[in-house]
This record gives sequence, structure tokens and C-alpha cells, in this order.
Amino acid sequence: MAENNDVQKEQISQAYLALVWWKFKKNKMAVVGGVIVILFYLICGVLAEFVSPYPLSFQSDYLEARPQPLVFKNQEGKFSLIPSVYGLEETVDVELRKRIYVVDKTQIFPLALLPKAAEPYKLLGFIPMNRHLFGVNLKAAPDGYAFLFGTDRLGRDIFSRIIYGGRLSLLIGLLGQIGTFVLGSAMGTISGYYGGVVDILIQRLTEFVGAFPDIPLFMALAAAIPIGWSPIMVYFMLTLIMVFIRWGGLARQVRGLILSLREREYVLAAQSAGASDARLMFRHLLPGTLSHIIVIATLMIPGMILSETALSFLGLGLRPPLTSWGVLLQEVTSVRAIRFAPWLLIPLPFIVLAILAFNMLGDGLRDAMDPYGGR
Amino acid sequence: MSEPLLEIKNLKVEFDVRDGIVHAVDGVTFTINRGETLGVIGESGCGKSITAKTVMRMVPKPGKIPEGEILYHRRDKYNPDKGVELLNITNMDPNGEEIRHIRGGEFAMIFQEPMSCLTPVYTAGTHIGEALDLHRLLPRKVGDRMAEVIAGYRHVTKEEAREIAIEMLRRVGLPKPEQRVDSYPHQLSGGQRQRVMIAIALSCQPAMLIADEPTTALDVSIEAQILDIMRDLQESTDMAIMFITHNLGVVAEMAKEIVVMYMGKQVEKADTTTIFYEPKHPYTRALLQSIPKVGKRSSKRLASIKGMVPDPFNLPTGCVFHPRCPSYMPGKCDKIVPKWQEVEKDHWVRCLLYEDV
Repeated sequence: MAENNDVQKEQISQAYLALVWWKFKKNKMAVVGGVIVILFYLICGVLAEFVSPYPLSFQSDYLEARPQPLVFKNQEGKFSLIPSVYGLEETVDVELRKRIYVVDKTQIFPLALLPKAAEPYKLLGFIPMNRHLFGVNLKAAPDGYAFLFGTDRLGRDIFSRIIYGGRLSLLIGLLGQIGTFVLGSAMGTISGYYGGVVDILIQRLTEFVGAFPDIPLFMALAAAIPIGWSPIMVYFMLTLIMVFIRWGGLARQVRGLILSLREREYVLAAQSAGASDARLMFRHLLPGTLSHIIVIATLMIPGMILSETALSFLGLGLRPPLTSWGVLLQEVTSVRAIRFAPWLLIPLPFIVLAILAFNMLGDGLRDAMDPYGGR
Repeated sequence: MSEPLLEIKNLKVEFDVRDGIVHAVDGVTFTINRGETLGVIGESGCGKSITAKTVMRMVPKPGKIPEGEILYHRRDKYNPDKGVELLNITNMDPNGEEIRHIRGGEFAMIFQEPMSCLTPVYTAGTHIGEALDLHRLLPRKVGDRMAEVIAGYRHVTKEEAREIAIEMLRRVGLPKPEQRVDSYPHQLSGGQRQRVMIAIALSCQPAMLIADEPTTALDVSIEAQILDIMRDLQESTDMAIMFITHNLGVVAEMAKEIVVMYMGKQVEKADTTTIFYEPKHPYTRALLQSIPKVGKRSSKRLASIKGMVPDPFNLPTGCVFHPRCPSYMPGKCDKIVPKWQEVEKDHWVRCLLYEDV
């Protein structure tokens, strides 16, 4: 009997979340977006060292080598289910006066799942491992190599660098958004709760920050970062800069919500129970806006990622040796690169995919958080 | 026996709004005794709720207190030997530490609208726990059972808060309190929410409960239950109640003494029986006549007070009630402002009928 009651109670309190989840699940686009986002964070964020076949510091002798085609042949040239890659041969293109690589179909390097790494590494810097997800079977082909997306002008594997770059780019989106979330909701709540002079000051401040053209402001702030700082410091500084520029939008949304919630009777009731202003604001009012804020925040993450990419592309954001998607794209700033090494553009579809996935997820969340709404 | 708890002296509250100054409370004077119930009745907008909020110093902007005093005879819950200390609530900073301590800890308030008085994201238990965390201290005991001494006080822990919450919910008559303590407001009915509100209010053992139309939004059977609970709890805790309502039946059942208010002024004050059987002020009489009598077949229409509630920006001269008064004396009532005077023992009236003018 008691157990039965517990189950029932559980069902009641879970009803809203269950409804949200049910509605979210029905939206196939949102589910796909969600899965892609999770995969991105899993592969790039957590498992980058494991998934990428080469470590970040790896440099091969093959400079600006084209992607090696994938074939299903074994080393004898017979059909095999284990994929292999053709080797590359260095030649000189007389017309272009340039050293290029052509596919050498006589060399076949079989790939392997979970091969032993050339040297042991530490996952996330502390879990010692000695196998990658996939790579050239070094036992069958001791001097084999596999650059699925080619290499850049320093001979680094682009596939690995996309994965490592995703780690920083996606993380800056998340960290920046968390910062924006904290600053924006705190300022919005204070502004909406106190009203009057405080409200006016905060609102004018958001307008002031919002009125600046984005890129020049970014440039000025980014230029203020001392050149001697370590890359990690620069990274966090950049995140902070993005937070300071972007909190205003969120703050205004929160302010609007708080203004309407402030008039509810439960605020009066909590006040009559002796709650302080801070407690009223952050324990009684802010939670009521959370479902709304989470949706806005999710939809703001792509903007964060794009900002980082754009800044780094312009050379104002992250700089080598840090690797982010923006830094990768910075290498394609010349016509020469696009003409002779178009595979350097391969990071682009990944950025587009990540942004689309976030937008799909955010849209799905927005519809799902309002389970009683139309559609 | 009757020891004063709260003395309100000539209290005035005004709102300076664009169209002029509204005197929401205009010279209200009464005393609430420890453990007794005072009823405050009057039409909507007569200043009942503002009086209550002023006691808690929760007057909404742009309200001001230009005159008057609210004196609180505070007896320390945790140090009863210390005697009574007199606090002037009107002098306190409305956002200060001192008044926040009184709100909830010394005076608790319950509101008209139980539907929206609980924060939707917290359970009943969390609400009570919050109040306990803010205001309730438990004795820290030293020594064995034979020679136990209270050495000091400490804050309530989470587990204790939960236990107290369940106990409080049981005392206000909520069924299955062990489960209800984890219920969110939307899982409770109106009557249950009002019980939770009362449980929150009483969890910190306040000296006074201000009930601002606590049963207006509830149906009649639930209303009776809630009133019973309040009376029972008052008996067991020796708590004073300031009971604000426009329901004369309810106040007759609850209050020992009644204050009748009209347009921010108190017009009559006496104990309950006197108010109901020997009302002096024409307004009180008119109010009582407008109650339908059950069981009496009558062909007469139900009496109503003629005229409209006056515009608060343009109050009538003289006695504010004179345009609607059945005993209006031309040349007097519209010229002279009546005084607040004691016409019989403990029976105060503000009316020119009882003045020699």
C-alpha cells in the first residue's frame, strides 16, 4: 500500500518532466540535434586523445598532403572488409613549381581498430592509455601513415586537429554560456526585482554594451590581452570577454520574467516569513524563470562558438599553439591555400554541423518546455 | 491576564500617487492582547490589509507612515526571564535585519489567496524548512536527563526541519503528512495549501498571527475546518491573532474584540457580543442589517448600504460616512469631524450622534 502510494507520488511529481521529455522525443529533429551535440562533446571534449589517431604534437614529413583515399583491399590487393588507405608518393609538379603528393596505389596500409599507439599518452591529461580508437596497423605496415583528411602545411593530421580543435571551440561555447548565464541572470534578477534606479542603471549598461559594434569591441578587448600570457590564460580571458559582451541579452529576458513574477503572492508570503531580498530573488524568483533561461542559453551557445571561430579566424582570438576550429580555419585565409590544399577547409562542415545541432536542440527544448502549448 | 502584545497608536499610512494623496489608514488605534483574537472588519479597500502590512512593515511603494506608532511588547521566546522589551516597529528600517527577524519569527502572516502563496518550485517541506532555518532555534542541552540544562540555542538541522515539518502538517490536519511534506503546491488543493500556509506560519511559534482574509478563497466546509484549526492552535500556543475579514459570520466566531473600519478610519470598537447586539455606529448597524438571515421567511428585500464608497481622492467633509448615513444630521455631520471616544466601557465609537455638538 505504502509502496503503491510512493509510486503514485513519484508519477505526479514527474508528470511535468515526463511531459517535456515525451514532447521532446516526438520532435525527431531535436533528438537528432541532441544526439549530435552529445556525440560532439563526447568525442571532442572527453575522448579527443583516444579518437584522434595522432597526438596533437605530431608532425609528419608529409607537408600539405592530400587526403588518402579509403579502400577495402588488403596488402595483396584482394578485397577485404578491413579498410586500408593508399600511400602517397612525392612528386614535383613542374607547371606549378610545387612539391605535391599523388596517390601511390602500390602502397596499401591496412587500418586497425584499437591499434597500439606509437607512444603512450594520457586521456584528459591523467588517464594513461596506449591505444587509439583506430589507426594504421603498425605491425602490418611499420612505416605506414593514414591522413584521412590530409595534412596541413606543417604536416599535421587534419582529422586529429579537427577533433582537438573541437575540444576548445565547444568548451568555450559551454564555459562562456555558463558565465553568461550566471552574470545575465544575476543582473536581470536584480534589475527586475529592485526596479527604479538600479533597474535603469543596469538596463542602460546593457544597452551601452549592446550598442558597440561587436567585432571592433572584440578586437579592442582581445588586443588588450598581454602577448606574454600563456595560451590557457588567453583562452579564459577570451571566454570572459565573450561573457561581458553577451550577458545583456539574457539579462533583459530574465528581467522581463522577474517583473511579472515579482507581483505574485508567493513573493509577499515569503517576505512576510522574513526572507531577505537575496533569498527572495535567487531562491523564490529565479527558479521560476529557469525553464525559459535554459532554452535561451542553449540557443546562445552556437553564437558563442561562432564568435570564437570568427575571432580566431581574424587572428584576435586563440593563437597557435592552441588548436581550435577558428585557428584551423585561419590557415585557409589565402587563395593559395584554397587553390592547392582545399582539404584545409574540411573543418568547416564540422562547425556547421555543430551549430545546426545546437539550434535544433534548442528549438526542440523550447517547444518541449511548454508542453501545453500548441503544435 | 490580558497583557498587551501590540499597541497601534494613531497610525496613519498614506500613498502619494499622481492623482493626489490617499489616506489609506487614518488614525487607527487599537491594542491586541497576548493570546486573544482581534477581528478587523470593513468593506474592500477600507484599509484593513494595509494596516496588517504596516504592522509587518510591508507597505507597498509609495506608501509612507507620516504619523503614529506601532509598539510591540516583545517577550524573548528563548529567554523568558528577560521580561518584556518595548520595540517601536514604526522606527525600524523596512528592509533591515530587525524587522526581518520579526516577520515570520514573531509575527506570521497568512494571506487571502492560498492558491498562489506557495512558491511553485518548492515542496511543502521545503517551505516550512525555510521558515525554520530563518527563525527557529532549538535548545542545546547539557547534562543527563536528571539535571538537564539548556546551555544555548542552535539552528535546526535538515533532518530535524523535516521532522518538524511533518509534525506541523499533522497538527494542521493534513492527511498523510509524511507524503504531503514532499508535495509541490500544484499537487495540493486550495484547502490543503492554506493548511500548509498555516503550518509555515506557526512553525516558528510566532507571538501573533495576522490572518488576512484567510478563508475568503475557500469553500464553506473547508473554511469551517481552517477556522477550527486556527482556534485549536491558538489555544495550545497562546498566540494572538489579528483576524482581517469582511465576513461578519466568521469574525463573530473567531474574535474576542472587533474593530470596524471605514475608509481608513476605525468607526467602532467593542467586544464581539456588543458589536453584534448593541452596535452604536450607523455604519456597523447597516453592515449587520445587510446579512441575510437564514430560516426567517421575509418578503422584504435584503437591506443594503445606500450610495457608493466615496472616491479616496475626494473624501467627504466632516464624517466620511455622512453621504451614506441613515442618521445624517445636516449641518453637523458634513461639517464636523467626529472624535474617537469611549461611549461605554471598552466601547469606542467615532460618530456625532454620541457627541454634544
